[in-house]
Amino acid sequence: MGETLHQEAGLLTPDDVKARREADDPHSPVVRFGADKPLRLDAGVDLRHLQVAYQTYGQPNADRTNAILVCHALTGDQHVASLNPVTGKPGWWETLVGPGKPIDTERFFIICANVLGGCMGTTGPSSTDPATGRPYGLEMPIVTIRDMVNAQAMLLDHLGIERLFCVAGGSMGGMQVLQWAASYPERVFCALPIATAARHSAQNIAFHEVGRQAVMADPDWCGGAYLAQGLAPHRGLAVARMAAHITYMSDQGLHRKFGRRLQDRVLPTFGFDADFQVESYLRHQGESFVQRFDANSYLYVTRAMDYFDLAADYDGVLANAFRGSKTRFCVASFTSDWLFTSADSRAIVHALNASGASVSYAEIESDKGHDAFLLEEPVLFDIARGFLDSAARAAGLPAAKVR
Amino acid sequence: MAFRDRVLDESAVRSQGGRVDLVVVAEMVAPGSRVLDVGSGDGELLDLLATTRGCDARGIELSREGVNAGVARGLAIVQGDADVDLAHYPDDSFDYVILSQTLQATRRPRWVLEQMLRIGRHAVVSFPNFGHWRSRIDILVNGRMPVTDNMPYAWYETPNIHFCTIRDFVGLVETVDARIERAVALDSSGHRVRVNLPWWVWNLLGEQAVFLLSRK
Repeated sequence: MGETLHQEAGLLTPDDVKARREADDPHSPVVRFGADKPLRLDAGVDLRHLQVAYQTYGQPNADRTNAILVCHALTGDQHVASLNPVTGKPGWWETLVGPGKPIDTERFFIICANVLGGCMGTTGPSSTDPATGRPYGLEMPIVTIRDMVNAQAMLLDHLGIERLFCVAGGSMGGMQVLQWAASYPERVFCALPIATAARHSAQNIAFHEVGRQAVMADPDWCGGAYLAQGLAPHRGLAVARMAAHITYMSDQGLHRKFGRRLQDRVLPTFGFDADFQVESYLRHQGESFVQRFDANSYLYVTRAMDYFDLAADYDGVLANAFRGSKTRFCVASFTSDWLFTSADSRAIVHALNASGASVSYAEIESDKGHDAFLLEEPVLFDIARGFLDSAARAAGLPAAKVR
Repeated sequence: MAFRDRVLDESAVRSQGGRVDLVVVAEMVAPGSRVLDVGSGDGELLDLLATTRGCDARGIELSREGVNAGVARGLAIVQGDADVDLAHYPDDSFDYVILSQTLQATRRPRWVLEQMLRIGRHAVVSFPNFGHWRSRIDILVNGRMPVTDNMPYAWYETPNIHFCTIRDFVGLVETVDARIERAVALDSSGHRVRVNLPWWVWNLLGEQAVFLLSRK
């Protein structure tokens, strides 16, 4: 591996073209809303010609009461439990979603939509603006977590799902879960927000700003208009991803995985090659990320997280967001997660207690940091299964098959 | 939550060596009420309350293992510390707040009891009685801290940092200005000590005590 991140910066690779194609014509179902059905954004403007790309797994029951909406995180997508068409890798939450898994595709009808502002087929900055025939780029209005949720609600209306049995998600997905429970309490029977917060912390905003500055400092960003130039700010986006990736892991986790071990060498090179395994790993993370993710999307979606402060819409009192809620909640956090800490989850739990809502909260021991919610964590699986099974009983849904 | 065909049967539980104190606690709780169990362990009492009394029963538990086991069973349990987290519950948010075999492990028993009576209209407290004759003999004759089935820890590793006797507890109830609605003492075989005996007899014979309190 050379001294810099990228062999040749800027020019679009075949993978870029493949990923770029997903923005308008994804490998998954899409709903295209006409100009007569605009999405009113928090930014105060109407987004016309909204397109929402989604995946479903399992079958709806006769009453359409068994739907689970899975909300994805910052760089996730709708391919929860099926091959990703860009990377060719398995779905990002196959640990939790699948036949016989806690989010059981044999019992539930699972829906996951690419978020508003994303780059996998739901309207975002890399989508083609039907008004101009060019990618939106920075012409795309700023979106919020609530806008994402409202777009999902339009999708559910289209699919004829009046009421969700459950909304589940981790990290930014968990923010959407909380927003769902606050905005549409009557549409959510139970909610599973994992490793998340009711507001983005100053520290997390700061990390996001570093990432955005890395993207914008890359000359190939072209003031946001790189697609029109046939370029992409790979170097900047890769640095953003590398920095972010550190925040997804814990000190202990990094140490366990890499320690101070050298990469394919016995002695340091006394240069700036990736001598250490941890450097090599981060470079790889950065490089593979830029092949699948749009840089402007990264700016928009991180911004949406920064703006998230659920209590702010309820006179600064988070409990007011859940007042009178009949939704059952199960909140989970991980001990070594320093991005979305247990204290953040406790704040949610305290607000839910204060509002009288039914809530379970588990702090799960793990050294895998924030990423733990995506990884093999049997305690999380047991908790999710127990919570969903008991909620399904209360909702009158059939019990799980004995396996 | 619907009843699930279970009834409280104290003598059956006693003969099977089960937790009679939990039955006594559950029996003090009105059917269908909203209950918060502080220190809910693995959720045995929550399950009993839900299945035999049709309660909306929720728990707080300090140990992650207890919470994980309970939530995996579908119970509504929050991982938290009673000594801190009770402050976050609003006034009158439950009909009953229960402290089952946990009072002696709290850092601030008085504060916890006051919080319970603020959050719930009733408080139910069960605890091992340090004034039981066997404890007294251990100290008086053997000169050792008592170690029994109910209090199985050596003094240097016990989580129980605030032991009290029945008399002591009645004193605390007076201090926080609460009313005793009912009290039950269980002897070492799990039988109830006769009601019409004076406090000092209860304090000798009761190995465990269960109190139902309310605000004055």
